[in-house]
Amino acid sequence: MEKSIAELRETFKNGGTKSISWRKSQLKALLQLINQNEDSIFKALDQDLGKSPVESYRDEVGVLKKSVTYTLSCLEKWVAPKKAEVPLLFLPAKAEVMPQPLGVVLIFSSWNFPFTLALDPLIGAISAGNTVLLKPSDLAPACMSFLVETIPKYLDNKAIKVVAGGADIGVRLLQLKWDKIFFTGSPRVGRLVMAAAAKHLTPVTLELGGKCPAIVDTLFTTPSKAKVTAKRIVGGKWGPCTGQACIAIDYLLVEEKFASTMIELLKKTIKRFYGETIKSLKNISRIVNKHQFQRLVNLLKDPNVANSIVYGGSVDEEKLVIEPTILLDPPLHSEIMSEEIFGPLLPIITLKNIEESINFINSKSNPLVIYAFTEDETFKKRILSETSSGTVTFNDSMVQFLCDSLPFGGVGQSGFGRYHGKYSFDTFSHEKSILHRSFYPEIEPRYPPWTDFKLLFIKLAYEFDYFGLILLLLGFKRS
Amino acid sequence: MASEVEKKAVFDIDSATEVVQELRASFVAGKTKDYEWRRTQLKAMLKMMDENEPQIIAALRDDLSKPELESSIYEIAMLKNSCKLALKKMKHWMMPEKAKTSLATFPSSGEIVSEPLGVVLVISAWNYPLLLSLDPVIGAIAAGNAIVLKPSEISPATASLLAKLVANYMDSSCIKVVEGAVPETTALLEQKWDKIMYTGNGRIARIVMAAAAKHLTPVVLELGGKCPVIVDSGINLQVATRRIIAGKWGCNNGQACISPDYIITTKDYAVELVDSFKCELERFYGKNPLESKDLSRVVNSNHFARLLKLLDEDKVSSKIVYGGERDKSNLKIAPTILLDVPQDSLIMNEEIFGPLLPIITVGAKSINSIDKVEDSFDLINSGTKPLAAYMFTNNKKLKEKFVEKVSAGGLVINDTTVHLAEPTLPFGGVGDSGMGAYHGKFSFDTFSHKKAVLYRSFAGDAPLRYPPYTNGKLRLLKALLGGSILGIIRALMGWSKA
Repeated sequence: MEKSIAELRETFKNGGTKSISWRKSQLKALLQLINQNEDSIFKALDQDLGKSPVESYRDEVGVLKKSVTYTLSCLEKWVAPKKAEVPLLFLPAKAEVMPQPLGVVLIFSSWNFPFTLALDPLIGAISAGNTVLLKPSDLAPACMSFLVETIPKYLDNKAIKVVAGGADIGVRLLQLKWDKIFFTGSPRVGRLVMAAAAKHLTPVTLELGGKCPAIVDTLFTTPSKAKVTAKRIVGGKWGPCTGQACIAIDYLLVEEKFASTMIELLKKTIKRFYGETIKSLKNISRIVNKHQFQRLVNLLKDPNVANSIVYGGSVDEEKLVIEPTILLDPPLHSEIMSEEIFGPLLPIITLKNIEESINFINSKSNPLVIYAFTEDETFKKRILSETSSGTVTFNDSMVQFLCDSLPFGGVGQSGFGRYHGKYSFDTFSHEKSILHRSFYPEIEPRYPPWTDFKLLFIKLAYEFDYFGLILLLLGFKRS
Repeated sequence: MASEVEKKAVFDIDSATEVVQELRASFVAGKTKDYEWRRTQLKAMLKMMDENEPQIIAALRDDLSKPELESSIYEIAMLKNSCKLALKKMKHWMMPEKAKTSLATFPSSGEIVSEPLGVVLVISAWNYPLLLSLDPVIGAIAAGNAIVLKPSEISPATASLLAKLVANYMDSSCIKVVEGAVPETTALLEQKWDKIMYTGNGRIARIVMAAAAKHLTPVVLELGGKCPVIVDSGINLQVATRRIIAGKWGCNNGQACISPDYIITTKDYAVELVDSFKCELERFYGKNPLESKDLSRVVNSNHFARLLKLLDEDKVSSKIVYGGERDKSNLKIAPTILLDVPQDSLIMNEEIFGPLLPIITVGAKSINSIDKVEDSFDLINSGTKPLAAYMFTNNKKLKEKFVEKVSAGGLVINDTTVHLAEPTLPFGGVGDSGMGAYHGKFSFDTFSHKKAVLYRSFAGDAPLRYPPYTNGKLRLLKALLGGSILGIIRALMGWSKA
C-alpha cells in the first residue's frame, strides 16, 4: 500500500495530473465507464442494497453523469486565475488568486450511495488536478469490487487508485500523510479521521449526518398540495435507499390537529408506491446488512416506542426488509428520537403550534438538511434565521442534491466543508494568492531610519488618504 | 519571560466551561446576530485603538522592543483599516447570494445564506500580538459570532492590555479575553467550539486540531514555514534589496511568518547582492545596528538561545559575511547574512524566525548542483510548503514558471510581505503552512456557515420521481437528468398531472 501511495506522490510531483487535457480525459473516461457499465452498476446496487434501476439511475448513475458533464463544461473557467482588485496605493500591481491542486488526496466513501459518494468526490479531485486514492465501503461489497476492478480499466492507474478492504485498511491509510482527506460517514468515525489528519496537519472535509427534520405547516386546505406534500415526504423518506441516507427525512413535525390527516395521506401514498404489505413490498431498497437491521429493530424494542407505531412495523430478517413504518409521538427521550434513524422508520412528532418546531429542532444538533413544507413567508424567514443546518429546502425533499450551484455540506455535528459543482473543485484546491509588483515607483518612507515624516506618510497611506498624502508631500501637512 | 502576574483565581476546566456557557447563552439569545450589535462592536474597537495608541505602542515596546512605526503601522493602522473595511462592507457580505438552479429542479430558486457559526475561539501569536488577535476577531464579529480570544503569554504586556481594553470597550457578554499559558489554553481546548482559529507553529497546531477533532470543530491554522526569496539578475538591485530588508528586519526583526527566511540567487550575482545588502543595511540601521531603535529585539531568552544555536553551528558560523554581533542582556542580534551554508545545517532546516538571512547560491559548481535560477523551484518544492514565496525578476517566462510551479500560501513578485495588506487576496497557508484563509471578506466567510437554501413550489411534480418505477419512467428520468429538450418537454408534461 505504501508503494501505491509513493507512486501517486511521484505522479503528482512529475506534473502528471496538472494539464487540463489530462483532467478532461480522465473525466471523459469516467463518463465512458458509467455509460458502458450501467447494467453492471444496476446489478451491483441491487445485490448490495436491493435498489431498483430507476432509484439507481436517479440517485447514482444519473447524478454522476450530470456531475461529470457539468464539470467538463466548466473546467476551463474554474482553473483560470481570478483577478483581485488592487487599491491605488499599490499600483502598478496585479493581484490574482490561482487555484492549485493540493496533491495526493484520500477519499473515503459510504455504503448507502456507493457510487455517488465515491465517484462524485473523485470528479472534484480529478478536476482540481490531484492524484487520488479511493477507499470505498466494504459494507457494499459488490459495488466495492466493481470499482476496484473497473476503475483501473478506464482511468490512469498511476494517478487514480482504488483500494478494497474494511476498517483495518482505513486505519492504516489514516496513519499516512495526505494532502487532503474527504470523508463521508458517521460522526463517530469522522472524529477518528480528523484526529488522524491532525497529526499531519491534513485539511479534511467531513460529510456526516444528523436527524433531518421535515416541518409540515398547515397545507391541508388544498387537497392537491396536501397530496404533493405527502408524495414528497414519502419520496424523501423511503425513496432514497429506504431511509438510509444522510439527507433522508428523519422525522416529521406537524400540528396535533393535522396529525391524523397526515398519517392517512402518508399511508395511502406508501401503499401506492411500495405495496400494501411487507410480502408485496416493491420499488424500495432493503437494509444493507444484519448489523444495521438489528440496530433498527432494536429502536422499536422499547414498548413505549412499539406502542406508538401507527402503520407498518413488520420485519423480515431473512430478506433484511423492514416495511415503511410510521410512529406517532414516540417518547422524546427514546433512542429513535435521539439517534439518527437511517432507516425506514418515520416518527411524527405533534406540536400545539407549528412555530414550536424551531425550538424543537434547535434542541438537537445541527442536521445536514432541514425540510419545511410551508407557504408562510414569515415562517420561512424565521426558519432560515433561527435554525442552523447544512441546507434548508422548502416544499420538497432530496432535490437540493441535484443542484450543482448549491454547496452541499454540513455544519456543527453534521460536518464541515462542502462539495458539488464548483464547490467540489474548490474543496480539492488550494487558492494561491499572487501579487505582482513592479520596481517603480519606489516609496521611500517604507524604509528606516524612521522619522516622524515617514510615520505620518505611512499612516495617511494606510488610510488611503491620497489627498492628505499630496498635502504632506507638498509640505502643507506637518508631522 | 513568562507572565509573572498572579491570577486571582485559577482558570481551569470549570472556568472554561462557564465562559463557553455564558457565550453560548448570549449567542442563542441572538445578541451577536444583530447587525447593529456588530457595528457597535467594530466601532468600539476603532475607538479603543484611537484612544489607546500610546499604551499599545508602549506594551509592544515592552514585549518586543517594537519600533513605534512598526507598531503604529503594522499593528494599529492595519487593524483600523480592517475594521473600517468590515464596517463598510458588512451589510453587503451579509446578504444572501443567489444561486442559479438548473432544469433538474425546475421550477425552483436557490440562494446561499451566511450565518454565524456560533461561539468561536481565536488563539493568537506573540509576534504581532495585537494584529493577530484582533484581526480574526473583526472577522468573527462581522460574521455574528460570540468570541473568546486567547492572546499569547509570550507577549504578556500586550495580552494584559488587550484583556483590559476589550473588557472596557466591548460587550463582555459576547466577547471575552482569557489570559494564560498552557493550562488555560488546554482548558479552553477541551470545550466544544463552533470554530477555532489558531496562529502559531505546527507543533501546537497539531494539538489544536486533535482537540478540535473530538468535537468535529472546523479549524483555521495560520502557521509558517521557510519563505524563500529567489533573486534573479538583471533587476533593480537596490530596490530589491531594500524590499527584502523591509520584509525581513523591518518586520519585527525577522520574527514574522511571512518574513523572507532565506535567499536563492546565482553564484555570480551573490557578491553584488551581498554588497547591496551591506550598503542598505548600514543606511537603514547605522554602523551599530545593535544600538538602532528601528529594530525589534528577539522576543525572549528561549528564542535568543535558539537563534544562537543556529548561528554558532560549526559549519555555519564560518559562513557569516555580515553581522553576527549579539547582545545577550538586551536580547539583540544584529542583522546577519550568511553565504552558502550547507543544506543539512540546522539553519536551513527549521523556520528561522529571526534576524539571520542565509543566501544559497545556484550555478555551475554550486554546492546544490543547481545550475539555473529556475531549478531552485524544485529545491523549494522539496521542502514543506511555506506561507509565502517571493521572487525578484524581470523575466516574464520565469515569473510564469514561478507562479505555476511553486506551491505556497501566497506569492509576491518583486516585493515581499505586502500581500498581507491586500484585503482582496486570501491570506493563508497550504500543507504545513496551514489551512483556511482570512483578511477582508475571507475573514467574514471563514467565521460563517454558508447555508444552501432551495425554494421549491408545489407545481411541476413530475410523477417520474415516484414509484411504481417503470421502464417508461426510467427513460424520462434519463432525459431529464441528461437535459435533452424532447425528454424535458415530455417530463414537463407531468405538470398537468400534478
